[in-house]
Amino acid sequence: MGIIKAKNLIYNYIKRDEEEKVEEVSEAVRDVSLDIEEGQFVAVLGHNGSGKSTLAKHMNALLLPSEGTIWIGGKDTKDDDALWEIRQTAGMVFQNPDNQIIASVVEEDVGFGPENMGVPTDEIWQRVDECLKAVGMTAYRKSSPNRLSGGQKQRVAIAGVMAMEPKCIVLDEPTAMLDPNGRKEVIRTVRELNQKKGITVILITHYMEEVIHADRIYVMDEGEIAMEGTPQEIFSRVEKLKSLRLDVPQVTELAYELRKKGLSLSPCILDIETFVAELTDIWKKRTGSSTAKAAAAGPASAE
Amino acid sequence: MAITLEHVEYKYNEGTPMETEALNDVSLEIRDGEFIGLIGHTGSGKSTLIQHLNGLMRATSGDIRYNGESIYGEGFSMKDLRSRVGLVFQYPEHQLFEIDVFTDVCFGPKNQGLSKEEIERRAKEALTLVGIDESYYKKSPFELSGGEKRRVAIAGVLAMKPEVLILDEPTAGLDPRGRDEILGQLVRLHDEQGLTVILVSHSMEDVAKYVDRIMVMDHGCLVFDDTPRAVFAHYRELEKIGLAAPQVTYIAHALKEAGFPVRTDVITVAEAEEAILCTLAMDKEREN
Repeated sequence: MGIIKAKNLIYNYIKRDEEEKVEEVSEAVRDVSLDIEEGQFVAVLGHNGSGKSTLAKHMNALLLPSEGTIWIGGKDTKDDDALWEIRQTAGMVFQNPDNQIIASVVEEDVGFGPENMGVPTDEIWQRVDECLKAVGMTAYRKSSPNRLSGGQKQRVAIAGVMAMEPKCIVLDEPTAMLDPNGRKEVIRTVRELNQKKGITVILITHYMEEVIHADRIYVMDEGEIAMEGTPQEIFSRVEKLKSLRLDVPQVTELAYELRKKGLSLSPCILDIETFVAELTDIWKKRTGSSTAKAAAAGPASAE
Repeated sequence: MAITLEHVEYKYNEGTPMETEALNDVSLEIRDGEFIGLIGHTGSGKSTLIQHLNGLMRATSGDIRYNGESIYGEGFSMKDLRSRVGLVFQYPEHQLFEIDVFTDVCFGPKNQGLSKEEIERRAKEALTLVGIDESYYKKSPFELSGGEKRRVAIAGVLAMKPEVLILDEPTAGLDPRGRDEILGQLVRLHDEQGLTVILVSHSMEDVAKYVDRIMVMDHGCLVFDDTPRAVFAHYRELEKIGLAAPQVTYIAHALKEAGFPVRTDVITVAEAEEAILCTLAMDKEREN
């Protein structure tokens, strides 16, 4: 069993009228089964209202399944006694950094989690040091969080979650409110945590460029998992993604369009380097042969 | 019809040790019917600037003219200005508050003191413009999806019939299709109703695709003000101030560096495709 495993997970939002009678039931998550291995970088895509966030909230027991089961680190989230352990295994980072920072000094905010867990003071400070270093915010440890940029605040929020030493971090659109630089900072930080510290990452996002390095992508639609696979497998299906209200990175779309026009490019290109290498190859082959032809035709047509 | 800013400065906490300059000598003109993108990193002064355009903030020095008349002049009606220059804030769906969609959209025109028929006519028209049909009118705004809520919020501003519509990151947090829908509707409003649109955005790809002019803010100064193509040609400078060019611009530069002779001033996927095919076709011609 992986660190997060769901079996036939169903979650219904129930709307009741004034007399508490059920008025409407909407199925936000329908029969989702998944198994996420420890140490993986997993991305969850899906349009607004597809059930991504509802699923994410099950990953640290903020929501409990209406039907089916989800295990975090082997513990069933319905087990009340395991709640603390589950929330320490899977930490969560939300979209709006302003809603998750509570202290007036950066280092105190990062220390808040471990303090609540009853970690000894010396160790709290040690963890705060380490976590601020890991997200590159040591220089701001004495600053007031409201003086930081969005990207910096989000990194502080990540450090705060890390200080609880979770095995897994769930990030629900952590970059939606950030400018391009802030987005880069946050994604770089998250990838480093995954690669250097082996923390399992579950990243929910609308930015396709952020998920091209993921080990695995799940695409949600109408509460179900509509697609599942490696970035290559997912992004090679441009039309299917568009029908699910999603998109592909610009480089992938460009390669896809050129391929349709008959250029011999690989079926799914996700990064600029590969695209440039393949296209220059095509170019060299062509110009190489035409120079050769020109040379063979003799000096008269050497122009 | 234009908004003109002349040497506008704004200082927060003026005269105190906490004084910070949010706008520094900004001069610009917004002409009738333009579709403008306003970009800049967090804290660059974009939001401060747009709040000056409808008089929510008052410049510490300099002047702003609306159709030639100073908005700080005696007898100028700020209330009138605010219904002509509509401002849609970030996450406008947080401002929905009425019991149903239709009543919410009626709120703006109601405050303009219009007749009941006119209010309802405008609310209907505005909701139609953003693609919300009658089946939604009696729903609670809180039952809608993120993209729908946002369109209702935009309709609330449109119902006041502004001549200029300013939107602060209208697509933040929306999925790619929701983003295209909102931007597509803005283009339609601009084309069909002749509305002047100012779009504040963090997405260079969106700005490149939709606007005809880009203004770039940094540290309270207007550092670039030109066509998207001309602005994104400065992609190195944009990076230094926390911005970027669309991904295709980088692709074109990388191709050229690697020895593939292609135009580097492309800013959309369609343009890049055309440029690459054009290079390849020229080569074929030479070969023949």
